[in-house]
Amino acid sequence: MITATDISKNFGKLKALDSVTLQFHSESCVAFLGPNGSGKTTFIKSILGMVVPTSGTILFENKDIQIDYAYRTKIGYMPQIASYPENMTIGQLISMMKDIRRVNKQQLDEELIHQFKLTQMLDKRMHTLSGGTRQKVSAALAFLFNAPVLILDEPTAGLDPISAELLKSKIISEKQKGKLIIITSHVLSELDEMVTEVAYMQDGKLQFHTSIELLRAETSENKLSKAVASKMSVRKVSTKLVEATILSHE
Amino acid sequence: MNKLIKYVITDILRNKIVSIYTLLLFIISFGVFQLDDTTNKGLLSLLNLVLFIVPLVSLIFSTIYLYNSAEFIELLVSQPLGRKSIWLSLYTGVAVSLSISFLLGTGIPILLYSSDTTGTILIIAGTLLTIIFVSLAFLATVLTRDKAKGMGASIFIWLYFSLIFDGLVLFLLFQFADYPLEKIIVTLSTLNPIDLCRILILLQMDISALMGFTGAVFKNSFGTQSGLIFAFALLVLWALVPLLLSLKKFIKKDL
Repeated sequence: MITATDISKNFGKLKALDSVTLQFHSESCVAFLGPNGSGKTTFIKSILGMVVPTSGTILFENKDIQIDYAYRTKIGYMPQIASYPENMTIGQLISMMKDIRRVNKQQLDEELIHQFKLTQMLDKRMHTLSGGTRQKVSAALAFLFNAPVLILDEPTAGLDPISAELLKSKIISEKQKGKLIIITSHVLSELDEMVTEVAYMQDGKLQFHTSIELLRAETSENKLSKAVASKMSVRKVSTKLVEATILSHE
Repeated sequence: MNKLIKYVITDILRNKIVSIYTLLLFIISFGVFQLDDTTNKGLLSLLNLVLFIVPLVSLIFSTIYLYNSAEFIELLVSQPLGRKSIWLSLYTGVAVSLSISFLLGTGIPILLYSSDTTGTILIIAGTLLTIIFVSLAFLATVLTRDKAKGMGASIFIWLYFSLIFDGLVLFLLFQFADYPLEKIIVTLSTLNPIDLCRILILLQMDISALMGFTGAVFKNSFGTQSGLIFAFALLVLWALVPLLLSLKKFIKKDL
């Protein structure tokens, strides 16, 4: 569904992305992992067309995203830092988004708006909201249009445990509808129950991208956090081994 | 695109600065016409005020508005909207609301007190100046990510066109006073939209005779029908070129 080929992005001297090649298919839930500053958000923003890559192409359903912006109707995006027009109310923001997207009323998915009790504060202005409430608005907007692709950047950061649970069960139910869901998160324990694939980035490079079963089998760890950690340490050991053998040959 | 323009305009109208600007222009225009005994004199005072205030407010307001809507722009870019239509809608929204407030604030008093050709040209020139300086502000903001730098650039643009440029021209005039500079001065004046507007209106007022030989050359170049059209075409170009440059930059910008 989404094919990124050789994506590189330089911010001045900094290489945020270094020829990343990735493929995402529908009916999968991808955990997009990596340490801070490894280029996860830059990659996600490139898919959304918010960042223009220095080189490489991104295809969405086999169409180059730089040519036609209409593909974005098929993406629900929840940004890491929820920044919205400050002097708009929640209600105005939601109705504006509906207006821009032009989706039929039957297609709208307002479940999260009700579950997060946003209906009671529709006339609150964005600048009066707490970080958690902004995050709720952001999540509700991402799911509102029933888009076949959901990109969630740190979805549960800043949410209280109850709301985080609500959001998680929503993600799982959407996954069962056969959507492509891409999640970045640092809380690996909460990803355990939903993820089907893992992609790991470091220093702008893609380290690995495998299905969760393969990862578990390879590392014989059941927990995602341990599996990823062991995979990364194995890689380090193996490169050291390779270096050692090269040295001994010399 | 129309929807976006609607959102931008309602957002700007919710902001009280535009209403205050309209009111200020209205009070100034009425005051000037009340103070001066002849309408021609009033128009002349108003001209100087318009050439001073309109570029300044258009530049500063547009710059602040764009930096304050950074989040709004970011939100729009992640939606199924083209960057071109986002940028042009923002531009149209800002330019239209500022033009409307100029037309209400200055246009109505002018039409009441001196609704002749000179007055009409002043109204058109003021509106064009609004559009031109909004587009220069858009260019300044898209080039700098830093708010302070962007504001500085905007203020410098205003200083340059309203003070520094004239200083440079005067300097040139005095340094090369022994040479025939009239044609060069006409060419130079096309490089500054504020000067262009001033000349257009002064020529209409029949006081160009006071400007000596240069005035006669101006009258020859801009006083005729084709000269007038040429001058207005230049002013439109002054609005279009910075806008298109900023659009080109915005399409490639990372948000």
